[in-house]
Amino acid sequence: MTKSMQKNGLILAAFALVTTGLIAITDVFTSPVIQQQQRNELQKTLNSIIPPDWHDNDLEHDCTRVIAPELLGNAEEKTVYRARLNGQPQALAIETMTPNGYSGDISLIVGVDIAGNVSGVRVLQHRETPGLGDKIERRISDWILSFNGKSLTQENHKNWAVRKDGGDFDQFTGATITPRAVVNAVKNTLEFVAGRQEALFLADNQCGPQSMSESEHE
Amino acid sequence: MSEYKTLSHQGLWKNNAALVQLLGLCPLLAVTGTLINGLGLGLATTLVLIGSNTTVSLVRNWVPNEIRIPIFVMIIAAFVTIVQLLMNAFTFNLYQSLGIFIPLIVTNCAIIGRAEAYASKNPIKFAAFDGLMMGIGFSMVLILLGAMRELLGYGTLFVGAEFLLGDWARSLLITVFQTEHNFLLAILPPGAFIGMGLLIALKNTLDKRFQELARAPEKVVERARVTAEN
Repeated sequence: MTKSMQKNGLILAAFALVTTGLIAITDVFTSPVIQQQQRNELQKTLNSIIPPDWHDNDLEHDCTRVIAPELLGNAEEKTVYRARLNGQPQALAIETMTPNGYSGDISLIVGVDIAGNVSGVRVLQHRETPGLGDKIERRISDWILSFNGKSLTQENHKNWAVRKDGGDFDQFTGATITPRAVVNAVKNTLEFVAGRQEALFLADNQCGPQSMSESEHE
Repeated sequence: MSEYKTLSHQGLWKNNAALVQLLGLCPLLAVTGTLINGLGLGLATTLVLIGSNTTVSLVRNWVPNEIRIPIFVMIIAAFVTIVQLLMNAFTFNLYQSLGIFIPLIVTNCAIIGRAEAYASKNPIKFAAFDGLMMGIGFSMVLILLGAMRELLGYGTLFVGAEFLLGDWARSLLITVFQTEHNFLLAILPPGAFIGMGLLIALKNTLDKRFQELARAPEKVVERARVTAEN
């Protein structure tokens, strides 16, 4: 009895070792490719919200991390990428999120130039209804481009809403909650940036080559 | 019928994992919003099925009966993880749109079902072939359901093909009709259930038709004999 238990235990252990070993080998071979893919993806997104000719620094390697629960959706750390030309501040790309989507969180990245104008917005992740709320995705519709060039001033506060609420932004037929959430999130991001720009550009770089490996393992 | 022929018939039609055994419905219903998503999950599932069937068959003589299930589970989990890593590395966009459904292949009962019912008792070549046929049978349903829902919901076919097949595949996109308002019922989960029901009904009708066709000539013979006896 004990003998067969021992034997079975050993066999199980051997199988566990072999299968884990195979996974480990695959991981070693694929992880550089996966990291490269993720980096490409990030670069593509950053380039789409901050024009590449606005800056000469490597956006993904120049960032700071901030926590602002009231304006950036939740209490998690958010990354702010900084674009500079000849060392001069040009624009920021701020990660943000809103918990007010129709089905859960929507995470976004918002590009804001030094004058406070939106240079681009992209949705990073969402679970909105296919065919209705998913029009916030760039590959499905142009809606997200309607933020380009907009800014937030004392006077136009109430224009930062969907048309149904008296604002400037189109809602979708059959879906008001999703665009409303996105409009508010972008508005809050602009509010967050206002008055903080200088501090954000001066803050220590947390995406430099040294801290890269650390941030990638998150 | 040779073993290969039986296996093909079983996997593709008679014992189809999705239409007859109704296994792996969770990923099946959730992912088939578009043809390409269906194809992607189908390919991944087929790969895992072939791999796990082959491995299970390979080790079948060394695995004591009492601990076969945990061992099969380990083998399957390892294959799924490897497929997941490979997809993440080489088909990044597709991986993002299939998202959580790749790990869910682990829970696809079709896979452990085949390991237990067939691969653990048969030689490697048959086991691998069985995995291939079961996988193709499952994929066919995924593709068909995906195509139905995409066509009804978005009016297109092959949307997102470039994520799976590379940039050249962008030209595969067929727009059958253009609509401002998508047919939501087809895109959302209820559409998957209804579509699945229709597919099962269609298969049962076809089966009945085949049966009748097969029976028809016999009847003629019977009648002839009856008259002869009179």
